[in-house]
Amino acid sequence: MPLKRKIAYINLTTGDIEAKTIPLDVRKKFLGGRGLDAYLLYNHTEKGCDPIGPDNTLMVSGGILAATCASATARTHIMAKSPLTGLLGSANMGGFFAPEMAWSGFHHLVIKGKADHPVYIYIHNGEIEIRDARDIWGLSVTEAQWAIREDLGDQEVKSMVCGPAGENLVAFANVMTGIKDSGGRTGMGCVMGSKNLKAVSARGTMDIKIAHPVEALEFNKRFIDQITSAKVNQTQGTIGTPFIWGATNSWGGIRCRNFQYNQCEYADDIEPERIDEICEETMGPYHMAGCFGCQVHCRAQYKIPDGPYAGKYDEGPEYTSQGAFGGETDTPRATTVLTGNHLVDQYGMDNLETGSLISWAMELYELGIITKKETDGLDLSWGNDEAVIEMIDRICYRKGWLGDTLAKGGIQASEIIGKNSFDYLIQVKGMSNLHSDERATPALALNIATASRGSDHLRSRPAIDLYHLPEEVLRKIYSSPIPYDGPLSSEHTEYIGKPWQVFWQENCYMAVDCLGICKYHTTFLGATLPNFEDWSKVLYFNTGLEMTPEEIWEVARRCNMIERLFNLREGLTREDLKKGDILNHRYFDEPCRRGAPDVIGKFIEKDKFIKMIDEFYEHKGLDKDGQPKPEVLKELSIENEPTHLL
Amino acid sequence: MAKALYIDYQKCTGCRLCELVCAVMHDGISNPARSRIKVMKWEAEGLYIPMSCQQCQDAPCLNVCPVKAISWDEEMARVMLDYDVCIGCRSCVAVCPFGAMSFNTIDKQVFKCDLCDGDPQCVRFCDVGAIGFVDPDEISIYKKREAAERLSNAGKDAAALMAQI
Repeated sequence: MPLKRKIAYINLTTGDIEAKTIPLDVRKKFLGGRGLDAYLLYNHTEKGCDPIGPDNTLMVSGGILAATCASATARTHIMAKSPLTGLLGSANMGGFFAPEMAWSGFHHLVIKGKADHPVYIYIHNGEIEIRDARDIWGLSVTEAQWAIREDLGDQEVKSMVCGPAGENLVAFANVMTGIKDSGGRTGMGCVMGSKNLKAVSARGTMDIKIAHPVEALEFNKRFIDQITSAKVNQTQGTIGTPFIWGATNSWGGIRCRNFQYNQCEYADDIEPERIDEICEETMGPYHMAGCFGCQVHCRAQYKIPDGPYAGKYDEGPEYTSQGAFGGETDTPRATTVLTGNHLVDQYGMDNLETGSLISWAMELYELGIITKKETDGLDLSWGNDEAVIEMIDRICYRKGWLGDTLAKGGIQASEIIGKNSFDYLIQVKGMSNLHSDERATPALALNIATASRGSDHLRSRPAIDLYHLPEEVLRKIYSSPIPYDGPLSSEHTEYIGKPWQVFWQENCYMAVDCLGICKYHTTFLGATLPNFEDWSKVLYFNTGLEMTPEEIWEVARRCNMIERLFNLREGLTREDLKKGDILNHRYFDEPCRRGAPDVIGKFIEKDKFIKMIDEFYEHKGLDKDGQPKPEVLKELSIENEPTHLL
Repeated sequence: MAKALYIDYQKCTGCRLCELVCAVMHDGISNPARSRIKVMKWEAEGLYIPMSCQQCQDAPCLNVCPVKAISWDEEMARVMLDYDVCIGCRSCVAVCPFGAMSFNTIDKQVFKCDLCDGDPQCVRFCDVGAIGFVDPDEISIYKKREAAERLSNAGKDAAALMAQI
């Protein structure tokens, strides 16, 4: 049974390992994955703990549906206090690791302490072993995974690793699995590096009995038909996420030259069609790959066509790499994007944070806030392809003054650089924004301002807001499973009704992350995809757990509130520019200079924005300062946290 | 003649849904170790190849079985196992040239693809069509067409090259 998967507590300082079953009442409250991880983080860390000290606790998990016969139950979640933000650290990745961990008997790991030399954890059919990783330390993301397979003599082992960036304590180092599946954002790879933990590896052949196999199989088929019939997923499955970059760039919704423009001109070489052409030329007509059990297959395969890394195989690039190493730095060249993507994949470093910080440094260089003295002679002018690639290397290996400074993350770097450098840093809660520009889309601006892990689109972005769907369609989506009769607007430049959409999406994405399935299988990019009603069924057929759509919604609200409690405990306040729910002043002061007629000239109107936050807080059950109302905590049965149930 | 599995590995995205649905369909259990089909991977090259029983006409497993537990089912064109007769000696596992005969350490039984009695779930769930269920004579027609296309492309490329010179 999926519910028999255990939780293991691993202390790297003492070598103690303890496995426990997860009580059913805890499952019903938090399900699994990110939700249960949030509970564990709140319970297993002390206020103010050092993110790169032994007291920080690293959670690794699969969703409650990991490896079951639901669609695409591939997601691995990693959580700890973030070395980048000092707040909630959370990363989520696809691939094949979480299912393998489930077949080896575990859903959750709680990793504490610090090993005295590099180690990796090996999980095999109910057994957990801490193994020497001194020979693996220093290897790149893929080299390390293949070395572990050699070490164990088993080619079927799946590993999640930190790359050189994690070892070098780059504050935004990733956890990685496979070629490019990245637990990006908030520096979870850095936490692994700080614990001398190179990898967690799993290999399992244990049965997971499906509660109602016939129904689960048939429902999965229906699910897949629904998912693959969505045009957006067909596009993803043909050319991958680059199509998103192409669409948003032509419309004027991406950042160029850090935050100076909202559209990258002369970008033909990194348009989705061009990227797809390179994939086809180097990998043949069938060059799309998928994560475990997923029929969207949005992961393209390519070889770098030219330049110093010509011929190297990699996967992607995702639209995030187009933005990070093409748009933001104004280097719209395929070779630069594909090479940059390859380097961060091999180093295990967040492409979004890396690209954002490089483009920020480029703007500071243009303004004279940093000069060739700080860059050790490197010309950081806009559009300098070699400089972008060089900076990726310098950040990972902390080479030179600027490389070492940027590796600490944006806020710390701005404090070291000084002057008014902070004013130009496009971040929320210490995490750089992705490559998108939200000035023409208040709903998206509200999403990044209030997202629990900092400026991020995967926590609450109502992406379908851009489609101008008729109000009755929006109403149908956003008033289930909880009725909503407030305003909704089809207009993406509007402010009304958006707080509810963001609140609904926040719960939708939390539910997905608890179940362990991919966001491309729900109301994210497509408006016709499954959500709460379907999950209630899929959960029952696979695990036997009976939960209504409303109960799953309650779980999501509860888990989001626990994340909020953690952030508040670590110092979040509403107006704090470095730790709050507020945007950089440039969103309010600088209108969009390029783009479509409904984008150009747009900026976020501050008074309306503040009202949106008030309304969003109201939906969440927070007071005007962003503190939870006691009665809401009681309603969610988390008024006595931490309760140490696990 | 009954239909046969046709695996076009180039189309495989490596998602392993076939392994999952195979195990769930046969045993009601999610566990790739129970799957009759298995995707072999070379991740560093992006190469994924699903491997399953070829339902050989002159099957080594059938020939080697010391207790005649393996037989040919003409109606479905498949090699079948009789668990009432099987002694679990694993000789069939040893001789299969494709590794298609597996041994399940939990139930202590050998097992292989039975084409789901005519509705193979791996085919049903593979949206990209990397696994097909077709008349055996059609397979070579597909391959002929593909090969011809490659030849014609090569011809066009050569003509274009000549035109440039």
